[in-house]
Amino acid sequence: MGIYDIAVIGGGVMGCSTALHISRKKLKTVIIDSGALCREASGTNAGTLTLNMTRAALIPYAIKGWELWNSTEQWLYGDVGTISVNGLSLAFTEREEELLIKRAEARKAMGAPIEIVSSKKAQQLEPGLRQSVRSAAWCPKDGFTSAYLTGHAFRKVLNNEGVQIQEYFKVNKIDNENKYFLICNENGEFIKSKRIVLAGGVWLEYMLSLLNIFIPIKCLINQLIITERVEPVMKTVLSIANGLLSLKQFANGTVLIGGGWQGIGDTERGGVEAIPKNLVGNIRLACHTIPKLRFGRMARVWLGLEAETSDALPIIGNVPGFDDAYVIGSVHSGYTSGPYMGWLLSQFITGKEPDMPLFDPSRLLTQ
Amino acid sequence: MSKVIDDNVQKIDVVVLGAGPAGVAAATIASEHGADVAIIDENISGGGQIYRAPPKEYETHDSFKSPESYEGDRQRNYLSNSKVKTYFNYRVWSISQELVVSTISANGLKSWRPKALILANGALERIIPFPGWTLPGVMGLAACTILLKSQFVLPGRSTVVAGCGPLLMSVAYAIVKAGGNVSAIVDLSSKSEWVRVFPKMLSRPDLLLQGMKWLWKLKNEGIKIYNGYTVTKSEKDNDRLAITIAPFNHSGVNTDPKFQKLVEGECLAIGHGLIPSTEITRLLKAKHKYDLLKGGWVPVIDDEFRTSIPNVFIAGDASGISGAFSAVHKGRIAGLSALRDLNMISLKESKHKINNERNLLNKTENFGQAAAYLMRSRPELIKTITAETIVCRCEDVFRAEIDETIVSGAVDMNQLKAWTRCGMGPCQGRTCADSIEAILTSVVGSRELAGQWTGRAPLRPIPIEQIIGDYSYSDIPIPESAPL
Repeated sequence: MGIYDIAVIGGGVMGCSTALHISRKKLKTVIIDSGALCREASGTNAGTLTLNMTRAALIPYAIKGWELWNSTEQWLYGDVGTISVNGLSLAFTEREEELLIKRAEARKAMGAPIEIVSSKKAQQLEPGLRQSVRSAAWCPKDGFTSAYLTGHAFRKVLNNEGVQIQEYFKVNKIDNENKYFLICNENGEFIKSKRIVLAGGVWLEYMLSLLNIFIPIKCLINQLIITERVEPVMKTVLSIANGLLSLKQFANGTVLIGGGWQGIGDTERGGVEAIPKNLVGNIRLACHTIPKLRFGRMARVWLGLEAETSDALPIIGNVPGFDDAYVIGSVHSGYTSGPYMGWLLSQFITGKEPDMPLFDPSRLLTQ
Repeated sequence: MSKVIDDNVQKIDVVVLGAGPAGVAAATIASEHGADVAIIDENISGGGQIYRAPPKEYETHDSFKSPESYEGDRQRNYLSNSKVKTYFNYRVWSISQELVVSTISANGLKSWRPKALILANGALERIIPFPGWTLPGVMGLAACTILLKSQFVLPGRSTVVAGCGPLLMSVAYAIVKAGGNVSAIVDLSSKSEWVRVFPKMLSRPDLLLQGMKWLWKLKNEGIKIYNGYTVTKSEKDNDRLAITIAPFNHSGVNTDPKFQKLVEGECLAIGHGLIPSTEITRLLKAKHKYDLLKGGWVPVIDDEFRTSIPNVFIAGDASGISGAFSAVHKGRIAGLSALRDLNMISLKESKHKINNERNLLNKTENFGQAAAYLMRSRPELIKTITAETIVCRCEDVFRAEIDETIVSGAVDMNQLKAWTRCGMGPCQGRTCADSIEAILTSVVGSRELAGQWTGRAPLRPIPIEQIIGDYSYSDIPIPESAPL
C-alpha cells in the first residue's frame, strides 16, 4: 500500500469531491468509507439543488455548487441525472407570506436570483399548484439530481484518476506518528498517510474525537417519502416559506416528498423509523400543495442523516491544532454545495488561497 | 376513505401477523391460555396460501375441492370459534421498534401495541428469470394455486408445469382434476434426487401415498414428466408458448442445443421453490442468517422461536421452509413462548407443552425438510438469466445492467439497488431479491458478503388518500422554521 499523500475518511459528496480535486494535483490519494461510497446522506438525500432552502450565508457557495451539478460532464465525467427547473417557495397564510418575503430578501441580498411573484404567476409556473397559494418566491436556478446515482459517478471518476477506494473499512483509531497518520480499523488493518481529511458527515464528532478534538455535532434524522410512478403532476421544485417541504417529480413519474421532517435514529443505529405523525403531516403538506398527489400510492419511506453544528454553519479547514489534518462537513444544504466545498478545501490543502472563505472549526471548540 | 387519523394505539397482549396454519395455531393457543389476542391478515379469511379459501360469494365446485380445502375449513372454524379477534382485509404497512403495528383497511388507519408480536407471514415464491418469463401466460406455481383454489379458474386450456418441489405435482394434479390439460411437467430434480429424499418422506406415509396417487394419475393421463430439466426460454407462438427446456444437474444447465427439447402450452406455471418472507424481520432489524436448506435468509431464533428482537416471535415458513404441518407446531411453540414471556403460563407448563410440540414438529419436519431440499436455491440456475433478460420486472432492469454495475463497483445489495433501481418498484424487491443476490453472490463469493436489502416501510404500497384522510391546512403540524 505504501504511504499516501492524502487519506480522505468518509466517502460522501464532501469526501469524494475533495479527493477528486486533490488527486488532480498529482497527490497520491485514498478515500476510505465504513460502507460503500455515497450510501449515507449523499446517496439518500432528496437531491434538491435549491437556493430557496439554503441558509443566506451559504448562498454564494450553493450557486457555485448548483453550477457544478449542472455541468457534471466537465468535471465529474458522469451523470447523476441533474435536472434544472424553476423553484418556488410557497406561502399559504399571511404569516407565511411575511416569512417568505423576509427570507427571500435575505437570500437575494446574498446573490440568489429570487423574486416574489403573485399567486397567478406561481400557478403559471406550476400548473399543478393549489389555487389558494398567496404568493411565491421564484428562483429560476433550482432543480435536482437522482442522489442515489452520486456514488456511481464518483466511483468511476475516482477510479480513473487513480484514487485508491477503500470501502467497508470502519475507522476506529487514528494514530498521529512522526511523519504520518496511521488509520486503523477493528480488524487491525491500517492505512498510512501524510495528511488526512475528515469528511464523515454526522460521524464527524466521532472522527474528531479520535484526534482528541471535541466539537459537538447534532444529528438530524430527515424523513423522505417516495410515491409510485404517477402521471405528470408537477414540473417545478416546491418548498414552503419556512423551508419544511421539498417536493419534486422525477422523469420516471415518482414524486419525492421531503423537507426535513424528523424521524427516529442516531449516529449509532442510523435512521431507525419514521414517526407516524410526521409521516402523515409531511404527506398532507405535499398533497395540500399539489392536490393531484392524493391519487398516488406511497411506495417507500426512508431516513437520511444530516449533520448540524451549534451555529448551523459548516466546519471546513484545519482540524484545530493539526497542520496536516483537515475537516469538511456540516454544510446546510450540503448536497447542493458539496462539489464546490470540496474544491475550496482542495485549494487550501494544496497551499492556495481558496476562492471563497472557509469555515474555521476552531470557533466551535468546547473544552 | 378515512375521515380521521386514528391516533389511538390499542394495547393488547399478543398480535399475530398472518392467519395461515402457523398464525392460527399461535393465536388460538395464546388465546386459550387467557391472552388477549388479535390476528391480522391482508386476505379475506384465514388459511394462508396453502388453505386459501374462495370468496364467500363463490359457489364451491367439488372438482376443485382437495384435502387442503377441508383442512382449511377446519382451521377457519377453529379460529372463528376461539376468542381471538380477527382482522381480515387489514394490511400491515409498518411496525415500529416499540412494536406498534400500523395497519390500513377500508376503515382507515388502525394500530396496536402488543406485549408480544408473533410473525407468521409465510413465504414467497422463488422464480429465477429466463428469457420470456415476463410474457403473458407465464405465472408462478403459487399464483396458479390461487387461481385454482380460490377462484376456480384454470390457468389456461393447456399448461406446462415447471420448477421443483412437491408443488409441481400438486398443481399438475389440481389442474387435471379440475378438467384442465397439463402438457408437460418439467422438474429440476432428477429421479435420483427424489430417491435420495424418499426415506425422509416415509415419515409421512399418508402424504407419500397421496403423492404417489397423484403421480400415478398424471402418468395415466399420458403426461410427460421431464426429470432433471429446466426451462431456458419461453416464446410466444400465436396463442401458445413455445418453451425450450434443457438438462439440469448439480453442475448446471446444459445449453448444448443437441440436448434441448421443446414443449408447449397455452401457459406456463413455474416456481423454483419457496423463500421465507423476511420483509418484517428486516424492517425490525432482527439478526438473519443464510440457510440454504431453510429456503434462504431466515431470522436467527432460539429453540423456542424467539427472534433476536425482544418480544418478537416467528413461526411457520417465515422461520424456515418446512411446510404446513410443521407450521402448526411451530406456531404453537411460538405461542407458548410468548405466553411464557408474558408470564401467563408457568415455566413447568410451558416446558412440558413445548416439548410435546417439539416432538410432533420433529416428526413432521422430516417430510418438510425433504420438500425444502427439493425446493432449495440452485445457484447454477442463474445461467438461464441471459444478458437480455429482465431481472427486476418493476423497474425493467436487465441482467446485463446488473453484471455491469457489479463490475463498476457495486458489491453490496443496497449499492446495486441504488445504481440500477433494481428492487425499487412497487413489489419492493420481493420478486427479484433472491435472483439478484444469487448473481451478486456468484461474484463476491457469499450471500453474507452480498447482504440483504434494507427493510423499509411501507411493507406494501399504500394509497395516499387513505393515509391523509380529510384535513385542513391548519391541522398540519408544520415544524419550526429551518435556520435562515
